[in-house]
Amino acid sequence: MKTARYAFARSLPVMAGYLVLGLGFGVLLQTKGYGAGWALAMSVLVYAGSMQYVAVDLLAGGASLIATALMTLTVNARHLFYGVSMVERYRDAGPAKPYLIFALTDETYSLVCSGDVPAGVDRRRYFFLVSLFDQLYWVAGSLAGALVGGLLPFDTTGIDFSMTALFLVVMTEQWRAARDHTAALVGLGVSLACLAVFGADNFLIPAMVGITLALTLLRRRPGAPEQEDAHASH
Amino acid sequence: MLPIDLHAAAQVAVIAAVTVLLRFLPFVVFGGGRPTPKYVVYLANVLPCAIMAMLVVYCLRGVDLAGPAHGLPELLAAAAVVALHLWRKNTLLSIAGGTALYMVLVQLVFV
Repeated sequence: MKTARYAFARSLPVMAGYLVLGLGFGVLLQTKGYGAGWALAMSVLVYAGSMQYVAVDLLAGGASLIATALMTLTVNARHLFYGVSMVERYRDAGPAKPYLIFALTDETYSLVCSGDVPAGVDRRRYFFLVSLFDQLYWVAGSLAGALVGGLLPFDTTGIDFSMTALFLVVMTEQWRAARDHTAALVGLGVSLACLAVFGADNFLIPAMVGITLALTLLRRRPGAPEQEDAHASH
Repeated sequence: MLPIDLHAAAQVAVIAAVTVLLRFLPFVVFGGGRPTPKYVVYLANVLPCAIMAMLVVYCLRGVDLAGPAHGLPELLAAAAVVALHLWRKNTLLSIAGGTALYMVLVQLVFV
């Protein structure tokens, strides 16, 4: 019970963001002629926020299957990153592991990436419950959007900033917990540099490659974590 | 039009398949019975901080510094989130406060 309460409390920021972003997705999809069934199918089977927004254009434009696959590769390549950094933390995740891997979105990643839980909270159950809660919010939001459309009683412009705020909070917590801020600074610097060079639509993949390269080069620096075994790399 | 748009259904299937592939690939490559390579353990330790910074940049990628608001709503709201969080260390408060400020800024101040 304590685990469920903790997981629910931690997932609340994601609830706000996912209901709103899911709603926006449902509305958009519905205006292109794809109703609630499509929203449900995509939020259950694909479950990748920004990709689903891109998918609306791909569906409406009737893009070829090859183009669809390539676009998905580009937009979702960052999930390779999440996977690599969760291999160890999810190693003993139990029977729910395939679902945990399937449901590892940006936002869920931000709730599980530290791998730490307070005393008295079951890690495995926490991982499973936040993953499940987050997807339920997303499915509920997108269904609601497809069904009721843009009938919200107040102006929600700007509410999608909650996702940015969530990532900022996690970043702040990581910053406070870490003695060495090299990784955060590398992530920030390389991303900004790539944004400036490649532009908003194309910077993500160069940024991921650049971050991996920079961190790999920095591995041998004094004080880098896990550098005791110098030959078992590459 | 067909009762079911088969091409769209195939597109959804392709998107789902590629996404699942990307999510499972690292676990398939590194997750077997063998111990995780030291290099991957190192990346697992340093990547979360770098990724979170990258995601913040990703969220703010559309901000137009040359536009009429010069990115001020985003800058002020982001500063509010970090300041609130350093002060009260309450995740919900930091997110709700920063988002509310951002909504006020884009709806009422920088219109």
